[in-house]
Amino acid sequence: MSTQAAFPAPFAHSAAGPVPRVSIRNLNFYYGATHALKNVSINFPDRQTTAMIGPSGCGKSTLLRILNRMYDLYPGQRAEGEVMIGSQNILDPGLNLNLLRRRVGMVFQKPTPFPKSIYENVVFGVRLHEKLGKAEMDERVEWALTRSALWGEVKDRLNSSALGLSGGQQQRLCIARSIAVRPEVLLLDEPTSALDPISTLKIEELVDELKQDFTIVIVTHNMQQAGRCADQVAFFYLGELVEAGPSSQIFTAPRERKTQEYITGRFG
Amino acid sequence: MPSEPKHIVTSFEADLKKLRDMIATMGGLVERAVADASAALLTRNAELAAHVIENDPAIDAEQHAVEQFAVRLLALRQPVADDLRHVIQALKVVTDLERVGDYAANIAKRSIVVNQVASSFSLSSLRQMSMLVQQNLKSCIDTVGEANPGKAIAVWRADQMVDDLYNTIFRELITYMMEDARNITACTHLLFIAKNLERIGDHTTNIAELTYYAVTGENLPDFRPKGDQTSAYVHNLNV
Repeated sequence: MSTQAAFPAPFAHSAAGPVPRVSIRNLNFYYGATHALKNVSINFPDRQTTAMIGPSGCGKSTLLRILNRMYDLYPGQRAEGEVMIGSQNILDPGLNLNLLRRRVGMVFQKPTPFPKSIYENVVFGVRLHEKLGKAEMDERVEWALTRSALWGEVKDRLNSSALGLSGGQQQRLCIARSIAVRPEVLLLDEPTSALDPISTLKIEELVDELKQDFTIVIVTHNMQQAGRCADQVAFFYLGELVEAGPSSQIFTAPRERKTQEYITGRFG
Repeated sequence: MPSEPKHIVTSFEADLKKLRDMIATMGGLVERAVADASAALLTRNAELAAHVIENDPAIDAEQHAVEQFAVRLLALRQPVADDLRHVIQALKVVTDLERVGDYAANIAKRSIVVNQVASSFSLSSLRQMSMLVQQNLKSCIDTVGEANPGKAIAVWRADQMVDDLYNTIFRELITYMMEDARNITACTHLLFIAKNLERIGDHTTNIAELTYYAVTGENLPDFRPKGDQTSAYVHNLNV
């Protein structure tokens, strides 16, 4: 498996190609003695959606957790290599993690609203990073909820508990909470796996809208979703990046045999 | 080509095999139609010609069956990568095969007319062309089942010889017509028959291109030399 060969134009540094917002070089990650990511190099282009696919345990969620240094919470886990967001290597031990997590928002598999009002959920992160007046804060809440396609459904009950929302609404609220701090990168870890088909489509539509403003990285087990949502798809297997390329190419004519076998349902 | 591992879902594996088998069945019907139509012409067998014409709806029915099955596969399985390419190939190949069936029926119809007219000239070039077209068609249909891109390229290239033969027959028949105006009826039909065979050759190359794409994910180049130069010949004759 050659990561070099699996590094086609859309992911490579190029004056003509898309500008990478996140640039990962020779990244290795260890859970104690377990080598979970092996020498991964990939770019996530600015204002595009990249989907990471692969069987469970292939390292895709690990990579997502590295992008906002969530692994720092667990002893014995360490990353080596270079992960540049803009001009900053986020693996730098001196990095301010609060600032990093403002730049890199994350939404999880199951909706994780705080047991607070809808309004409080959205402003939670903003309050940590910015001092805004009431009017400005209200404006930010409306902006975040509108961008998350939730405003119309909740504008009359902003002070109601977020726990009263449906699963799909809760997930869109979590997206609103993430984007309210205006991050550069939005990480979505199987954001629709707990949702019904219509809520799933709303999130997918939202992803399409949000990429105008954010660089989006989505982990999904749903191949069709990867094909629908993403500009690029990266296939991981056993901790290695097997192949990365435009979605249309990966799903019609993947270069690597392993990719083909996985996406066509021959193993996994 | 190393064999692919089977799909985890065995019913999907079975569906893809069924699709290949349906194309093989339709391919067999079409091969038979072209062979019988040629034999009907060359052996002056009107009964065989009628049989080809009667059987054409069976080829059309097979085309519809494959199309319906492929659409069902797309809707229910959402195939990707090589699976998707093979389903798309199936959808397009049956259109080419159906056209080949139509040309065979047309050859059969014309053979009945030609056989009613006494002709004093040789049909050996048409026999040779028909054999070559049948051979290429058979190889081509085999490549669909075998998923053999090398063989697909060989068939794709072999059509040049069919085109060369067509040019030769075109000149021969024009000569016969110029020699004796009473040959015009038979020769005009034979000219259409030769053109039908030449078109069957073109559809055969289409199938070869589709097979190559299905197996490799890449397109063959567009610049296969087109060998039908009869329009230039007509121009030179100042007709």
